Amino acid sequence: MKNRMIEKIGASLILLATFAYIGLTFLVDNSFQKTDASELDKIKGPDFTRMLTSLDDAPPAIMFSQVGEKINQYNHDMVSQKGISSEEQKAILAELDGKAATYSEDVIENSLKKKDWAKEKLTEYTSWMIGRDWESFEAFEGEFKAKVSDVNAAVVNEFGVGDGGRENFRMEVMKAGTPDWLRSGMAAWLIFGLATLGSFIYLVPLAQSSPGIKNDHIYHRKSQTGKGSALLVFAALVAFYIVLYKFPAFLVNQSVLLDPLSEWMSGGASSQWFLYGFLYTLTMFIMGLRMFLKYRGNKYQQVRTASVFFFQVVFAFTLPQILTRLQLPAYDLKSAWPLEYTFFFDYRIDEYLQEGTLGLFLLFWGIILFAIGVPVFTYFYGKRWYCSWVCGCGGLAETVGDPYRHLSDKRLGAWKIERYLIHSVLVFAVVMTVWVAYTAFTGTSELLGISSYSIRSTYGFLIGFVFAGAVGTGFYPVMGSRVWCRFGCPLAAYLGFVQRFKSRFRITTNGGQCISCGNCSTYCEMGIDVRWYAQRGQNIVRSSCVGCGVCSSVCPRGVLKLENGPEEGRINENPIIIGSEGAKLNLSE
Amino acid sequence: MKNGTVIIGNGIAGITTARHLRKNDSQRIRVISSETPYFFSRTALMYVYMGHMKFEHTQPYENWFWEKNKIELIQDYVERIDPKSNQISLKSGEVIDYDNLVIATGSRTKYFDWPGQDLKGVQGLFSYQDLEALEKQTPKPFEKGHPTKRAVIVGAGLIGVELAEMLLTRDIHVTILVRGGHFWGNVITASEGEWIGKHIASHGVDLRYDTELEEIFGDEEGRVRGVKLSNGEELPCEIVGVTTGVTPNVEFLTGSGIEFNRGIWVDEFLQTNFSNIYAVGDCAEMRSPINGRKAIEPVWYVGRMMGEALGLTLAGKKTAYRPGPWYNSAKFFDIEYQTYGLVEAKESKNQKHFFWKQDGANQFITVAYHPESQIFQGINAFGVRLRHEYFDRMIRAEKSVADVVGGMPAANFDAEFQRRWVKEFIASFHAQTGIKPKKSNILKSLLTR
Repeated sequence: MKNRMIEKIGASLILLATFAYIGLTFLVDNSFQKTDASELDKIKGPDFTRMLTSLDDAPPAIMFSQVGEKINQYNHDMVSQKGISSEEQKAILAELDGKAATYSEDVIENSLKKKDWAKEKLTEYTSWMIGRDWESFEAFEGEFKAKVSDVNAAVVNEFGVGDGGRENFRMEVMKAGTPDWLRSGMAAWLIFGLATLGSFIYLVPLAQSSPGIKNDHIYHRKSQTGKGSALLVFAALVAFYIVLYKFPAFLVNQSVLLDPLSEWMSGGASSQWFLYGFLYTLTMFIMGLRMFLKYRGNKYQQVRTASVFFFQVVFAFTLPQILTRLQLPAYDLKSAWPLEYTFFFDYRIDEYLQEGTLGLFLLFWGIILFAIGVPVFTYFYGKRWYCSWVCGCGGLAETVGDPYRHLSDKRLGAWKIERYLIHSVLVFAVVMTVWVAYTAFTGTSELLGISSYSIRSTYGFLIGFVFAGAVGTGFYPVMGSRVWCRFGCPLAAYLGFVQRFKSRFRITTNGGQCISCGNCSTYCEMGIDVRWYAQRGQNIVRSSCVGCGVCSSVCPRGVLKLENGPEEGRINENPIIIGSEGAKLNLSE
Repeated sequence: MKNGTVIIGNGIAGITTARHLRKNDSQRIRVISSETPYFFSRTALMYVYMGHMKFEHTQPYENWFWEKNKIELIQDYVERIDPKSNQISLKSGEVIDYDNLVIATGSRTKYFDWPGQDLKGVQGLFSYQDLEALEKQTPKPFEKGHPTKRAVIVGAGLIGVELAEMLLTRDIHVTILVRGGHFWGNVITASEGEWIGKHIASHGVDLRYDTELEEIFGDEEGRVRGVKLSNGEELPCEIVGVTTGVTPNVEFLTGSGIEFNRGIWVDEFLQTNFSNIYAVGDCAEMRSPINGRKAIEPVWYVGRMMGEALGLTLAGKKTAYRPGPWYNSAKFFDIEYQTYGLVEAKESKNQKHFFWKQDGANQFITVAYHPESQIFQGINAFGVRLRHEYFDRMIRAEKSVADVVGGMPAANFDAEFQRRWVKEFIASFHAQTGIKPKKSNILKSLLTR
């Protein structure tokens, strides 16, 4: 009873902090009227400043679309100032008088006298149309109108706000309107401090309990069986990822909370990605602490948890900030291709090559990591060295995802889907990389008639955002903690090949001690039916096993042990269960 | 052989028989059970109650497995066996013909004719129905205002501890009546029993040593309201857990002509007095047990091993049930227990014990060996994990205790990074017994593996 009270107090504080955090989007006004005009001028000049200051104060939830309208209006103004108006287009066509062959640079010059930029662009875009034989004037007219709108789009990109940079621009604009008190650091301390304090309080009963397996009532709770509040968490996580990737400006108030920290670390202002990194690290810290307490009495779990947290703090969060401060390419050095799918993108290759020795080091480091580091370490220790000791996705799954680990589907059918899906993603990643590397080294974007830009934006959207982000983490409360690692991660597929075919790692079963209780299978986050092997005395050698060791931890009979040993006899297809003579003929199922 | 094999009981013994028969032969196989539609792991019922798993997780095979392997499952209750006409009669009225019959009906809770033992709230923990009954009697988690607040468990053994652990997760106060002066006194040693008792008490269980059950009191509605103990004391309670052991489930064979004592008499081929009727698992009683094993061994592993042997026999590959050295395992709250070989509860002229305990940790071990020949006889391990294969090999080879203890580093099955205890254990063994442990030749053992 006392424990439940303490947990309730802790949970209330966490909820309070969460509401305050979400409330920033809905309750805390952005104001351009109170902002120093000279600051606003830096964004797009005085004209745009005037547009912004005409807006009434409003929270990001409302300001988001209002700023969007202003951006549209500004783009429209730019097109009318610098682009080709419909009158001008009409005038040109009228001047040709139905004869396409008369189209010339002079015509352009005469019709667009003062609009130098548009003149130049239209000349560039339509020079090929001059002096050609056209089937009909209508054919020319259609082509010409298309080029005019291309010119106007170019005007938007050059002077206004193009589609590609629109969301980052909106974020930048709205940042300027955030109140100073949010950026002072006090608000951040209050919100994140409250959440952390609440978490500590919530964990007190766990810390006071005796060491041992703590899975009581998991299947009695809706929140841990994909019902009730689990669906809320599911919806919230998916929504968070969609907002983060597609509409970050809704998070502008949350983002600026961390300005002091960001400035201290990297010298620059915070962004949605800094916010994401911070939240990722903070939740990993809190849930890692929970993991530490839950698995007291099990050193493997504790050391492993400490390891993933270390790599998150140092490699994923801190090092990139320091690299930014040093004006070097800021990448997560532990993230290996093909999980780090942008590694061979042209802009990154350019960066490496421009940075001299250090850039080359980064390039070679990345190549050595996946070409030598992955196979060698996996040979000696299995894929666990990466997936449950180093990886950021794995780190989140092992800490934040731990309360949901049992939700993975153990059916044979799920294993089939897993194999099709994950290997397809690996093939996709390799093909995509071939294309972008071709582009990076030759400068040509098309290979076999397919544009590397379209293939990589498809990959980025489907795999990078939808699968790894929204599904990978968002689906924790309904499909378990390793949805991405199991069904999608191309690096896991690659590590898995090595683990399955050339590795010293296996999970050993202890003679005939298995009682088929099913704890191991239930708590396997990768959906491996561990019991299937354990009850027949067969070593578990599976490409998907991330070596988290929880099957061994929850086994009530001491049957499972993660081991690195000689390759010989590692895969015992026809196992012998120790115990009786009659059992010597244990044939495979 | 058109009727094939009919198996009564879908527990580990019956199902293992069916599976191994199917692997080796294509004859018709039917399995009859009145308990559940599908095979489940009985040992895991406690985890369902505690919310670690759903019931379906205790089923080691997916439901399609049986049809795919052509093992027909019949949910019914066998009322009568007629060995003369090779027929069994089911409660539904159906009559089934068999060529071979396997009886794998397991055990049921043993009662000792206590007054009041038929009251509502008195139960054992063996079957799925026991779990259902317990669910009905005890509050669902987070349920308030439930009448069940206290339980008394009679019998301090493996199931008694499991039941205590289960009830504690529902905030029920638990008292365990221990017949002897220490926990599980007829199986583990006094030092072990003492430490286990302390650990159980540390979880809030009220242990009453040298105490037995006299009588159970009920209320007007026939529900348990309290018990009277052998020392005259009365305890109020709403649940009485009976965990004093199990007895073979064989009454229905009375009058069938199938011979049984406590269990069904079987020979080394698990055959009864009828050549086409066999018995496996808890309900079987060996006419001549070997390797110092008991005639009835109601444990999971024995059911499985018997099923493996019988499956082959029924497939035409006649195989005797020849169990190797005894082994078993359990868990007392947080302390895992494994045993290999035969460690008696008390030292005797044929057995000497060495007891070791890690300071400040719930890790302790008893090694048993012959006082004169110094041949290793067995080991009880608490809070540490040991390699079954190692001890099985050592016991079969009749190795000396010096060899076995000296080679123990190879027997450690603890998870990686766990605190190392083997060195201290070996040093303590040397100091206390004066026997010098022989270090195993690592190179040689690697080569012979």
